[in-house]
Amino acid sequence: MKDIKVNVKELSIFYGDNQALKKITMDISDKKVTAFIGPSGCGKSTFLRTLNRMNDLIDNVRVEGEVLIDDVNIYQKNIDVVNLRKKVGMIFQKSNPFAKSIYENIAYGPKINGINDKNKLDEIVETSLKQAAIWDEVKDRLNNSALDLSGGQQQRICIARTLAVNPDIILMDEPASALDPISTAKIEELIHELKKFYTIIIVTHNMQQAARTSDVTAFFYLGELIEMDKTRSIFTNPSKKQTEDYISGRFG
Amino acid sequence: MNFTRNTKDTVIKSLTGMSVILILFITISMLAVIFVGGWKSVTWEFLSEFPKEGMTKGGIFPAIVGTALMTLIMTVAAVPFGAITAIYLAEYASDKSVMARSIRFAVKTLAVVPSIIFGLFGLGFFIKFVGVNMDNFLFNGDLHWGQPNILWASLTMALLTLPIVIVSVEESIHTVPREVREASLALGATKWQTIRKVVLPGSITGILTGTILAISRGAGEVAPILFTGAAYYLAELPQAPTSQFMSLGYHIYIMSTQSTNVDETLPIQFATTLVLLLLTFSLSMIAVTLRYRIRKKAR
Repeated sequence: MKDIKVNVKELSIFYGDNQALKKITMDISDKKVTAFIGPSGCGKSTFLRTLNRMNDLIDNVRVEGEVLIDDVNIYQKNIDVVNLRKKVGMIFQKSNPFAKSIYENIAYGPKINGINDKNKLDEIVETSLKQAAIWDEVKDRLNNSALDLSGGQQQRICIARTLAVNPDIILMDEPASALDPISTAKIEELIHELKKFYTIIIVTHNMQQAARTSDVTAFFYLGELIEMDKTRSIFTNPSKKQTEDYISGRFG
Repeated sequence: MNFTRNTKDTVIKSLTGMSVILILFITISMLAVIFVGGWKSVTWEFLSEFPKEGMTKGGIFPAIVGTALMTLIMTVAAVPFGAITAIYLAEYASDKSVMARSIRFAVKTLAVVPSIIFGLFGLGFFIKFVGVNMDNFLFNGDLHWGQPNILWASLTMALLTLPIVIVSVEESIHTVPREVREASLALGATKWQTIRKVVLPGSITGILTGTILAISRGAGEVAPILFTGAAYYLAELPQAPTSQFMSLGYHIYIMSTQSTNVDETLPIQFATTLVLLLLTFSLSMIAVTLRYRIRKKAR
C-alpha cells in the first residue's frame, strides 16, 4: 500500500440536486502522473477540486464517500483545510499570478506560512524557479511584475509558486489549454521532471497530452469513472467501448 | 404615413438635442456666473485671513480649515467602517442571507435619506443622547459634549457618506478575479490572509475612489452640520473635538441670508462659492480618473 498516495472510496458530489460525480473509487499512485480525460462536463475537474477541497468555496455542495490522502480522510471533521492545501497544491487552467513582482509571487506561500528570513526566502525563490525551469528567463528581473511575462512563463511562475510551499501532490487543471505549442511542450517537459519528486494529477482535454505525460489515465463520462488503467493500455487497448469511442474521436 | 413618421422623428431629434443644449447652457452659465463674480476676490489674503468687520471684509481661512478638519475626521470614521462593511458584504456574507440582505437594504436606504434628516438624527443621537449622557456620567452634568461640536458634526457627515464608501469599496473588491483568490487559497492561505494580501491590495484604487467621493460630498454638504457643529462666526480655529467650527458651505449660506449687508458681501459670497466648487470639483475629477483606471484594469 506504500505506493498508493490517494485512495478514493465511493465518492459522490452533489450540486444541489444535481449529482456531478457518481460513486468514484480509485487509487492514485505516489510519484506518478495520473491523467483524467473525458468530455466537458464529465466531472473530471470537479473531481480534481475535491482533492484539495476547493469545492468547499462553492455554496450548496454536498460530498459523500471518502478521500484518503496518506491514509487520512480529508473530509473528516477535524481536518485543517489550510494544511491540506499546503500539502496538495494546484495549478489552474488560466495562469493566475498575483499582481506582484515575480519574487513576491513565489515568496507569497512561504511568507503566509511564517517564513520571514530574507536568506531563506531568497533560497526558496531560487530553488522553486529553477525547479519550474524558468530561473534563467527571470533571474535578472525578479522585481518586475509577474503580469509582464508571457502566458507560458506566467504558468511556470504559478508552478514555481506552488512548489515553493513544498507540496506532496500537485493538481493541474488543464494547465496548458490556454498556451501555444512551444509553451505547452515546456510545461509537459516540466511535468516529466517533477514526477520524480511529486505525485501529479492532471486534467486535460488534449488526449495526446495525456498520452505523452501520464503513467496512468482515467476516463470519465457523465460523472462516472468508466475506465482507469496504465496510459499505454488505455490508448492502445481500452477495455470499454465508450473509452475507445472517445479516444478515437468518435464523440466528445 | 411616411410624412408623419418622418415628422415624429424630426420632432424627437430636436427635442433631445434641445434638452442637451439646455443642460449645457445651465451648467455653463452657472459656472460662468460664479467664476466671473468670484475670481477677482480669490486672493492669497482671502484664503489666509479671518473674516473682518462683521464679516463684510477679510477672508475665509477658518472656514477652509474647518471644512478640512471636518472632512478629515469624517474620513477617518467613515472609510474604515465602510471598508469593513464592504469586505463583509463582498467576501463573507452569502448573497441570500438575511444579514446581507438587511445590510444592503440599509445601505440603499441611507443613500436616499435627505441630508437634513441626517442633521436631525445627529442632533438627536450624538448630541442629545450620547453627548448628554457623557456629560452626566463624566462631568456631573456640566455641558461639554451635549452641544454641537466638530466631532458630532463629522460623525453625522460620516453617516451620510458611508453608503458611498461601502458601494465603491464593494464594487472594487468584486473586480479582483476569482482565479487570483483561488490561487491564494490553494497555497494554503486562510481567507483573511487572502483578503489582506491579495484582495485589498488589488482593490486599493477603489478604496481611494470611495474615499475621495465621500470627501467631496462631505465637504459640500451643509444640512447635516447645521444643528451638529457649524458656527456662524468664530474668532479662533477649532481647538478640541468639543469646539465648534466654520465651514465653507455654511459660510455661503449665512453670508447670503444672515449677513448684515448682503450687497457689500456679494464678492465674498461668490469667491467662497468658487473655492468650494473648485475643491469638490477637483476631488471628483481625481475620483473619476481613478475609477476609469479600475474599470480599464477590470476589463
